[in-house]
Amino acid sequence: MRITCPLCGPRDRREFYYYGSEDYLTLPEGEDFDAIDAHLHLRDNPAGEVRDLWYHEMGCASWLRVTRNTVTHAISGVALVADVDASISAKMKPRGVRNEG
Amino acid sequence: MVELIAKSALAGQGPITLAGLTLAEVDLGQVTSIAPYAGQEKALAAALKPLGLAFPKPNELRAKGAVRLAWTGRGQAFLIGAAPGDWAEIAALTDQSDGWAALSLTGAGAEDVLARLVPVDLRGMGAAARSSLGHMGVILMRHKDGFELMVFRSMARTAWHEIEAAMKMQAARQAL
Repeated sequence: MRITCPLCGPRDRREFYYYGSEDYLTLPEGEDFDAIDAHLHLRDNPAGEVRDLWYHEMGCASWLRVTRNTVTHAISGVALVADVDASISAKMKPRGVRNEG
Repeated sequence: MVELIAKSALAGQGPITLAGLTLAEVDLGQVTSIAPYAGQEKALAAALKPLGLAFPKPNELRAKGAVRLAWTGRGQAFLIGAAPGDWAEIAALTDQSDGWAALSLTGAGAEDVLARLVPVDLRGMGAAARSSLGHMGVILMRHKDGFELMVFRSMARTAWHEIEAAMKMQAARQAL
């Protein structure tokens, strides 16, 4: 199995760490504990296309959103999470003055 | 005053030659991780210009004389063989000099030995790549007639052992 990292190119599966469904990208707002419970534990198990998070642990250290078909095992798309969801990368940007003292 | 003696990660280990290849430890000098802050890419490009270097694209390595700038990850490169400038406002700078051990594997067929350990098609590899050597993270750089490899310093002897074993297997195959 190979995943084509948008930065590094085609790489062996051993370089990647599997995290789980892309549902993890959308944290529920507020204190709706049922929604948080569902966010953490409830997953669909479809026969067909799924979108998962993978981490290029032994490579460029990017989080990737991989579109994969559970029936054919074909990987039809790989994107950087930072490009997919600008709101997430915005949260990861350094804020304020960086060099005090 | 105590006089500290700087020791390399593989101090006492001389180069070995097997299967027409030579494995040796390399002293890279000063190594600094440079990670430009968001939106500071242009400022960093201007800061690197006096060195005759540009920030490398993925899998790239820029070199000017003995100074190299190797891509090591998303938004990160290692400056090798030179001290960084006063760039703390535009990039996160981290001294890596003593954190890594560097090895060189040179000679014809270096790709065949590393292919036993590295899950990258080395024939099509760019000038630099970040991958794994067995279960260790590694930074690979093309160098003269072979490769330079950087591994975490704590794994220097394991990396040496793994590569030496692969060289022995390659030598045995050649002897058939």
